[in-house]
Amino acid sequence: MVVFEKTKGLTDAPLHYCPGCTHGIIHRLVAESLAELGVLDKTVGVASVGCSVFSYNYFNCDMIQAAHGRAPAVATGAKRANPDNIVFTYQGDGDLAAIGTAETVHAAARNENITVIFVNNAIYGMTGGQMAPTTLPNQVTQTSPYGRDVTVVGYPVKVCEMLSQVTGASYLERVAVNNVKNIRAAKKAIKHAFQNQIEGKGFSLIEVLSTCPTNWGLSPKEALKWLEENMGTYYPLGVYKDKYKEEK
Amino acid sequence: MSEKVLMKGNEALAEAAIMAGCRHYFGYPITPQTEVAAYMAKRMPKIGGTFLQAESEVAAINMVIGAASSGVRAMTSSSSPGISLKSEGISYLAGCELPALIVNVQRGGPGLGGIQPSQSDYFQATKGGGHGDYHLIVLAPASVQEMFDMTFKGFNLADKYRVPTMILADGTMGQMMEPVSLDANAVETYDKSWATVGTGKHEGRNVINSLSLSPAQLEEWNKSRYERYALIEKDEVMYEEFMMDDAEICVVAFGIAARVSKNAIVAARKQGLKVGMIRPITLWPFPKEVISKAADKVKAFLSVELNMGQMVDDVKLAENCKKPVYFYGRTGGVIMSPDEVLDELIKIEKGEAKQW
Repeated sequence: MVVFEKTKGLTDAPLHYCPGCTHGIIHRLVAESLAELGVLDKTVGVASVGCSVFSYNYFNCDMIQAAHGRAPAVATGAKRANPDNIVFTYQGDGDLAAIGTAETVHAAARNENITVIFVNNAIYGMTGGQMAPTTLPNQVTQTSPYGRDVTVVGYPVKVCEMLSQVTGASYLERVAVNNVKNIRAAKKAIKHAFQNQIEGKGFSLIEVLSTCPTNWGLSPKEALKWLEENMGTYYPLGVYKDKYKEEK
Repeated sequence: MSEKVLMKGNEALAEAAIMAGCRHYFGYPITPQTEVAAYMAKRMPKIGGTFLQAESEVAAINMVIGAASSGVRAMTSSSSPGISLKSEGISYLAGCELPALIVNVQRGGPGLGGIQPSQSDYFQATKGGGHGDYHLIVLAPASVQEMFDMTFKGFNLADKYRVPTMILADGTMGQMMEPVSLDANAVETYDKSWATVGTGKHEGRNVINSLSLSPAQLEEWNKSRYERYALIEKDEVMYEEFMMDDAEICVVAFGIAARVSKNAIVAARKQGLKVGMIRPITLWPFPKEVISKAADKVKAFLSVELNMGQMVDDVKLAENCKKPVYFYGRTGGVIMSPDEVLDELIKIEKGEAKQW
């Protein structure tokens, strides 16, 4: 009796992520959602720049690798060309909330019928742990070695809160993957975001609070705790916008 | 041939794109190319196409990347400063081996520059612009009719070789009105089984990507692309020869500078000067061979450009220092008169001009 199977939504390529990094969990949730909704064979994913750049090797669907921050624009072009495709982006915080801010906000403003998976781990992972737009106040990184000084570099960007003010956006939810309960809620949100796209409801963004044990300098277990105690309070979980629910 | 209509270059180009099967246009307003966007905004909704005004030139070219990845004919247009912004995306198009059409209706630069016609993006168009080892096919129309015809050519070549193609026009070509015949040119179709349209529509997974952390693999990709560039250089060079049979001075000019030079050449002939012209129509691949052959017959070359001297370097490389090369240019949006070119030709004839 099979009690646990690998999802068809992922290829057999071994993930390159560091031990304890929660990208793997998020990949699985996205892949499972696509497989369960039966849309894997018409899905086009857009990989971004950062740790998740190689996601084009992992998602078992057609993939496009986009320039840093430009994934929502690439996804827009793909979706407009073939509206029957399910198009999603998978982006980190540097990609989505720094260099790609304009593309993110305007894809939301157009209510572009795409799904954005936004992985927020409060640091630049791929380049070795620099300050991100979502790095917390006083958080130590390679480029904020004395802690993020908000009087000098300003405050972290709260993406869901910001986009909730954008009229066009349809569905915005912040979730986390630091414990089983939250992972289950994250899965539900991600699946809902894809369901929205299938129903033509427009722009959905799921912000997933994620860990980076390597660059946070913590063990995987400590990292999960750090996420809950620090990120969880600065970035409250919950639904920030559900246009269709509001309209009901 | 159908009856001719009077049209602006930008509009003739836009109509040609639609006739060539382009249904996906992504742009951003900038003078002097905005008529292309305006025309598309009017026409695309009526024919089931997509006109999307992006939040920036950067976003527009990336939308082109997404649409081109999906296998459709996609394009964007802009003018010089906007093309600088698109250069990142153009490099990705080249690296991802995606066909697309990019139109640059050039204006004076650098920086914000001006809005008057210029050819000062020659280097950017033919030598890179974006990063990495790549070329664009660069077409240089010299009439509204060519704005129309070369749009078909641009899409065909892009699809044939899986390379981005640029139409390098200038403010004059975009803005001036001329009679144009709107007869459709051939629309060639090529295999696009590589497109990301979902695994349900093809074997295996399709991935559009320009990243490789293996130097050996990246070198292999670049070499394989350069094999295609070699084919393009062999088969796709286009140029026009004008009064070259007995020419002693060969003008080399493209676009509006070639139009001005033609008048100067006719005037020079009346004064007994044997002048002809080679007009590159493809700026890349550059018509090296015909210039090299001309170098065996003529006494001198004069490169006439709306810039401080850019194509002249390619002329010099092509003629291989066999004969003296001169340059005459105006820049910043100033267009030379035929008389200025004629004066330069007379100076060359008298041995009074300074070599490049």
